[in-house]
Amino acid sequence: MEPFVTLDGVGKNYGAVQALQHVDLQILAGQALGIVGHNGAGKSTLISILAGAQSPSDGKLTFQESGTSLPGYKVDQAQAHGIRCVFQELSLCPNLTVAENARILHPAIKGIGWKARARTLISEKLDEVFPGHGINPDDEVGDLSIAKRQMVEIARAFTRVESPIHLIILDEPTSSLDAIIAQQLLKHLRGFVDQGGACILISHLLEEILQSSDRVVVMRDGGIVDDRAARDFDRAKLVEAMGSVAKEHGNSGKTAKQRSTDSQPLVSIRPAQQGDTRRLQAYSGEIVGLAGLSGHGQTDALVDIYLEKRRDGQSPQKAVPMALVAGDRQVDGVFPLWSIGMNIVIGSMRQLTRSGLIDPEAEARLCKDWREKIAIRTPDMNNNILSLSGGNQQKALFARALASDAEIILMDDPMRGVDIGTKQEVYEMIREEAGLGRTFLWYTTEMDELEHCDHVYVFRNGAIVADLSGDEVTEQRVLQASFEESTDAQERSA
Amino acid sequence: MTAALSKHFKTVVGKPWIWAFAGAFAVWAATVLYTGGTGAGQILSAALSFATFSVIVGMGQMYVITLGPGNVDLSIPATMTFAGAVSMKIMETQDIMILPGLVIALLCGLTVGVFNYGLIRTLRIPPIIATLSSSFLVQSCAIAYGRGLKIKPPELLAEFTTAKIAGVPLLAICVIALAAVMSVVLHRTVFGRSVLAIGQNSRAAELAGVKVNFIRLATYAQSGVLAALCGYLLAGFSGGASLNMGAEYLLASIAVVVIGGTSVAGGFANLPGLWGAALFMFLLVTMLNTFGLSAGIRLLLTGVIIVGVITLAGGRRN
Repeated sequence: MEPFVTLDGVGKNYGAVQALQHVDLQILAGQALGIVGHNGAGKSTLISILAGAQSPSDGKLTFQESGTSLPGYKVDQAQAHGIRCVFQELSLCPNLTVAENARILHPAIKGIGWKARARTLISEKLDEVFPGHGINPDDEVGDLSIAKRQMVEIARAFTRVESPIHLIILDEPTSSLDAIIAQQLLKHLRGFVDQGGACILISHLLEEILQSSDRVVVMRDGGIVDDRAARDFDRAKLVEAMGSVAKEHGNSGKTAKQRSTDSQPLVSIRPAQQGDTRRLQAYSGEIVGLAGLSGHGQTDALVDIYLEKRRDGQSPQKAVPMALVAGDRQVDGVFPLWSIGMNIVIGSMRQLTRSGLIDPEAEARLCKDWREKIAIRTPDMNNNILSLSGGNQQKALFARALASDAEIILMDDPMRGVDIGTKQEVYEMIREEAGLGRTFLWYTTEMDELEHCDHVYVFRNGAIVADLSGDEVTEQRVLQASFEESTDAQERSA
Repeated sequence: MTAALSKHFKTVVGKPWIWAFAGAFAVWAATVLYTGGTGAGQILSAALSFATFSVIVGMGQMYVITLGPGNVDLSIPATMTFAGAVSMKIMETQDIMILPGLVIALLCGLTVGVFNYGLIRTLRIPPIIATLSSSFLVQSCAIAYGRGLKIKPPELLAEFTTAKIAGVPLLAICVIALAAVMSVVLHRTVFGRSVLAIGQNSRAAELAGVKVNFIRLATYAQSGVLAALCGYLLAGFSGGASLNMGAEYLLASIAVVVIGGTSVAGGFANLPGLWGAALFMFLLVTMLNTFGLSAGIRLLLTGVIIVGVITLAGGRRN
């Protein structure tokens, strides 16, 4: 196979932080390259350099086709070389329509009728990659769910007007997509690679990497530590190469807590689109899962609970303190002008207030405690929150919720883009806290995570369609409930 | 040693308010050079006196602007006039009524602030329109209540507002203290942190447990109260309330916030900058007057210099 681009000794440092050190890598045409590594291992930095969004501190890039290595390599040159990216943080303009966003990537679409052409371009690509996507090219991006925005972003990267596409870079493309749509994407990607395209896939879902790539590169601490054909790896080997401290465990073998019928639930609401009398309930000390395909009303249910909307006669009278861990962290979570510490403290301001003022010492103590407890990778908690990698920002949001006095913690698919080691740590912490009497409501699109739940509600079209507890929580039952209309009837007759 | 010094220098230069003070000092120095040193002290004393009033309304406006894009209080001048007129009438030049007059004035401001937010929240009117229209209502009330105009302030109040200690206006000292308190409120209280959080991302703030509506209400109410306080004190200072006494404070309240280094996009604010900017604005006009320039040139230069200072301060921030 021909190399498409070669990296020689590429490094990048941000001040004192060495994000990437001396990376040599060949990206081959007609090959799907998987990159795995912990949060902060340098994956995102590496692809930003390839995309021209950041310039390397040293080293060079050589393109096979033109035979040139480019100093001052920028986004437009990356575009000209046929490189397309789908970033972890979505890069669409929320105030523009889907078609207008497609036009941004293609300056060649101009003159009278540009909108119609942009509309056709993106619609066709969406139909091709995600059949049955249900997205109108005239929808404003801000009105779409995060999953649909991701689909638009991906489809847009595959659209082509003039120059051919040689390399597609996908950074955590499936983290906000459900299993079916993720499969559609991976299938399309395979087709692209088989026609001679190159592709880089970054994902924390190791099965996905093993299944979809031809070759896997493992990164750790800003460097490449392993580079082999995908068939030479298996899950355990990947985890080992990443240096993950994660304890791989199968089913934890825990016994689900039995709900006693006489105690009062802490939460009880009927979702907005619920036709029957089913209710979303949570009892003290439970971990309650909200499952189903992404964008089927789980987030709305959590926000309703949090903002104390949709309460009725059957809801508990007394409201207990709650905290929410956002999934869409740029929109719902992070305060971009603040330090990591202040981003955490905002959840606990009242407890830290002494005679009207927030006690700076207590504040510093809380930051220090949580930096250790949840291992936020930063030299200083006073650094800006945006200096952290995405996964570490998410950790800070966890710390905000867990540090507060909330009795109920609502989690909106919070593990997107979080590496496997961190996930295991957080699962552990959630179990511990639940043991101490905290209640968790956890929306997740990952099956593995549902295994930690005592009780799972499966959502479809904004309503609860299945209510599983303990041993009933199996991948099959959840998928069945998510897809099949007939499940309703079965459940009811049972 | 030099490294430590340069680091120290960087932290000082990094402060967004430093440019307002630098500008104030520069125009003062230019004026004093021109006059050959005469009146250097008097100019500063006068600057402190007049800057005081801009700072009082600027504090309220700063909190409002910090709530994020679109938030601004245009009812400040009308509130000042209204509170000034009502309190002068209530006090009827009697010293014994000074405190009740103050309380009534502040209540007037509180009412206007709450009314403003009522318009914004219940009728979903953008703040710029809501506060502008309420300012017409309030101004009309002040006119209808015109009996409060042309009444002199109680003697004690007039004395207090014009008193000086070793050349430094007593009122300025009080307002410096008030600004210090407001700075602590901004950075170290639940209220202040909430305002800063809302300004950065109001949805995230709501989901982090901030009572967004209550905080916004409190911020608009606070702006009304501070405008009323300013009207009350200004009436005492200038020998009574008048219908246009607040006119120049509309732009002044916004200008001191922006020149002082507070972010117009919200979520980032500082108190010292208000003082620097208020002094700068007064000293700038003084300088141009001292130079004996014609009115046209004076206005032209005022505009150019203000743009210059904002560019300098803003450029450093990015």
